[in-house]
Amino acid sequence: MAGIKAKAKQKGDFVELKTLMKHPMETGLRKDKKGVKIPAHHITEITVKSAGKVLMTVEYGPAISKNPYTSVVIGGKKTGDTLNVGWVDNTGKSENIDVVVK
Amino acid sequence: MQKINKERRTLLKGSAMAIALGMTGIAQLLTAPQAFAAWPKDAFAGRSVDEVMAALFDEKVVPVDSGDIFLKAPDIAENGAVVPISVESSLPNIKRIIILVEDNPTPMVASFILGEGAKADVSTRIKMGKTSNVVALIESEGNVYAARKNVKVTIGGCGG
Repeated sequence: MAGIKAKAKQKGDFVELKTLMKHPMETGLRKDKKGVKIPAHHITEITVKSAGKVLMTVEYGPAISKNPYTSVVIGGKKTGDTLNVGWVDNTGKSENIDVVVK
Repeated sequence: MQKINKERRTLLKGSAMAIALGMTGIAQLLTAPQAFAAWPKDAFAGRSVDEVMAALFDEKVVPVDSGDIFLKAPDIAENGAVVPISVESSLPNIKRIIILVEDNPTPMVASFILGEGAKADVSTRIKMGKTSNVVALIESEGNVYAARKNVKVTIGGCGG
């Protein structure tokens, strides 16, 4: 269940951040073999921070694929800076990691 | 004896209070992430594009079609469970990028809130139940712009 992979690379004035998160992303619409609905379990929010400042917020619903891939381009950062990427899901679980811009 | 009992009473009372406090603490923790993040529950729960639009924007907003939004999506998605989507735009001062799939059970897919200095260039992978229009909405300087692309889905990815 655990795991965030993130890569950040400076591209001109911007930093491109690519992330891969391990998460089941259950929609709440699927049923198991017995016909019982599998409860929704999905990431609701991804936050990219640096030095306590929020650089990007991504709000996700259940229609995002399992183990979500997300890439964003943020400004004001350069090689050597540290970003913090984290997610929160609808059950209140969360995870975050630091990534250094290359 | 009496004294000990009295102490025991207060102790019990105290621990009961502590448990009660602990419980509310946990309850707050459980509800906190969503309350704190202000995740737009209504928008994500909306069952039609109209419902989603009403939940997302205060007034009745009619998005203007824009040629400055580059919505990249496959023409045919063989697997509806994983459809790569990317949105780029050259519009000025973009606040938010929203992705909708018109014919999904809940059309709202994702919303990217751009921080200061960020570039409108986002990618993700989404699920599509069936062939539908994918819509990219962009909030820029108080206006809402849209771009659409039809994606044919051969195998749906929303279960059922």
